[in-house]
Amino acid sequence: GALAIAATPLFADEEADLVLNGETEMVVRTAAPDHLSDTLDEIYSGWVFRNDDTQVMQADDFDNPGMIFVDQAMEAWAAADGSEGKSCASCHDGPESMAGVRASYPKWNADAGEVRTLWMQINDCRENQMGAEPWKITGGDMAAMEALISVQSRGMPVNVAIDGPAAETWEKGKEIYYTRYGQLELSCANCHEENYGNYIRADHLSQGQINGFPTYRLKNAKLNSVQARFEGCIRDTRAEPFKPGSDEFIALELYVASRGNGLSVEGPSVRN
Amino acid sequence: MRHFTRTLAVLALTASPILTSPVLTGPAWAEEVAPADVVFDEYGAVAKSLTGVPGDPAKGAEVMASKKIGNCVACHAVAQLSDTPFHGEVGPELSWTGEARSEAELRGILVNSKKTFEGTVMPAYYKTTGFIRPGEGFTKKPAQEPLPPLLSAQQIEDTIAFLMTLKDQ
Ligand code: HEC
Ligand code: HEC
Ligand code: HEC
Repeated sequence: GALAIAATPLFADEEADLVLNGETEMVVRTAAPDHLSDTLDEIYSGWVFRNDDTQVMQADDFDNPGMIFVDQAMEAWAAADGSEGKSCASCHDGPESMAGVRASYPKWNADAGEVRTLWMQINDCRENQMGAEPWKITGGDMAAMEALISVQSRGMPVNVAIDGPAAETWEKGKEIYYTRYGQLELSCANCHEENYGNYIRADHLSQGQINGFPTYRLKNAKLNSVQARFEGCIRDTRAEPFKPGSDEFIALELYVASRGNGLSVEGPSVRN
Repeated sequence: MRHFTRTLAVLALTASPILTSPVLTGPAWAEEVAPADVVFDEYGAVAKSLTGVPGDPAKGAEVMASKKIGNCVACHAVAQLSDTPFHGEVGPELSWTGEARSEAELRGILVNSKKTFEGTVMPAYYKTTGFIRPGEGFTKKPAQEPLPPLLSAQQIEDTIAFLMTLKDQ
C-alpha cells in the first residue's frame, strides 16, 4: 500500500555488493585494520548504509551526479593558471599519473616535515609550482580536483601509513575522535563506532568512513569535502568545531582515513 | 576557606543576570532547583521535584517528539508517539517506562543520565557547565558557560509526567 511505498526509500540493503560500471568489484566491507582490533571486527563503507536508490546511483558513472564535477576538473587539470603559466598537466601529464595517490593520503611528506592531505598537496602545487592562488579547502574547485584524482584510484584499497613520523599526528587525531564535544557531549565514536547501523531519527548511521570522499550529496547537490563533513558533525553536537585546515582536522583526517584501510577508494561517492 | 568560597558562589548566583537561563520563560518558581543544586542519590536518581509544580503529560509528549525541544525520539522509539515519524534506535524503547521506572529515577536520567548510566551517549538535559568546546546552538560559534540547559525545569517535570503514563497497552 501507500505506506509501504513511502517507507521503501528508507530501506538500506546492508548485504548488497558494489560492482562499479558492471566490472570493478569494490570492497565495501572487510576485516578491520589491526589498530582497530580492540573495538571493531569489520569495517564498512558508508555506501552500505544508504538506501537502494542511492546505492544504485553510485554503481554506474552515467548515473553518478558526482562525475559531472570530475569532467569539470579535467578542464582545470589542463588549464594554465598563476604566474608560472603552468597547468597540472605541464608537470603530471594526464590525470592517470595520479593512480594510487588517493589511496595513500594523508601521508608524511619528508621534505616539508609534515603530514599532508590531498588538498594540502594540491594547494602546495598551486602556490609553489604554479604561482597560483590556493583553492578554498572546502570549496568546489578543490572538491572537483580531489574527485578527479580519486577516480584514478577507484577500487584500490585505502592504505594510509600510521607509523614512523606520522604516528604523532595519528595519535592526536585518535584523541580527537574519542573526545566528547559540545553540550550534547558526543564523540565521533559515540555515533560512528558504537551506533553504526542504527537510525538516529531519519539518519542511518554509518561508520563515518572517508573512503568515499568527496561525496556527492543529494541533500545539497554538490561535492562535499572531508573537512566540511567533520565540521558539520561536530557542530551538530552543539559545539564550536575546529576550522577546516586546522592542525586538529588534519590529524583527524589522517586518523579517520586509517580506520578505512582495506576499503576501496570510492570517490566521488553518492550519499543522501 | 571552604566556607568563604561558598559565600562567593552564592553571591555570584544572585548577582549575575547571565545565570538566568533563556529557556526559563515562565514565572520563576520559588521552589525551582537550579542545575548546580540538584541532589542525586547514589544510583543517580533525583527525589525532589525541580519546580514543585506537577508536570503536564501533554506538554511532555511534545518535548519528546519535537525536533525543536527534546527530540528524544531521535534516539528512542515510543509506541505512544507513533504519529511522529522516524523514531531512532540508539537508545532503548520507552513504551513501558511508566511501569519500569520511578519518577525519581526518570528525573535523574533526564537531568544527567551519566549519573545513572556511566558513559552513556544520552545527553544531560539540565546541565550548564563542564563541556568541551561548547557552541552556541548549531551556529559553530563558541558559547560561554554556563549555557542555558537543554530543557527547563518545568519541561523536565512535564516529560517525567508523560513518561509515567507509558504502560503496556
Ligand atoms: C611545476 C610543476 C608542477 C605543477 C604545475 C603541478 N605539480 Fe603537482 N607535483 C609536482 C612535484 C614536483 C610533486 C612532488 C612533490 C613532492 O613529492 O614533494 C608533485 C606532487 C603532486 C601530488 C602528490 C603525488 C604523490 O604521488 O604523492 C599531487 C596529488 C599533485 N602534485 C597534484 C597537482 C595538481 C592537482 C596540480 C594542478 C592544480 C599540480 N599538481 C601542479 C609538480 C607540479
Ligand atoms: C550525533 C551523531 C554524530 C556524531 C557525534 C558524529 N557524526 Fe558523523 N555523521 C552523523 C550522521 C547522522 C551522518 C550521516 C549518515 C552517515 O553517513 O553516517 C554522518 C556522516 C559522517 C561522515 C560521512 C560518511 C559517508 O560515507 O558519507 C563522516 C566521514 C563522518 N560522519 C565523520 C564524523 C567524525 C570524524 C566525527 C567526529 C568528529 C563525527 N562524524 C561525529 C552523525 C554523527
Ligand atoms: C543521543 C541519544 C539519546 C537521546 C537524544 C536521548 N536518549 Fe534517552 N537513552 C539513550 C541511551 C543510549 C539510553 C540507555 C542508557 C545506556 O545504557 O547508555 C537511554 C536511556 C533512557 C531512559 C532509561 C530507559 C530505561 O528504563 O532503562 C529514559 C527514560 C530515557 N533515555 C529518556 C529520554 C528522554 C526523555 C530523552 C529526551 C529528553 C532522551 N532519552 C534522549 C540515548 C538517548
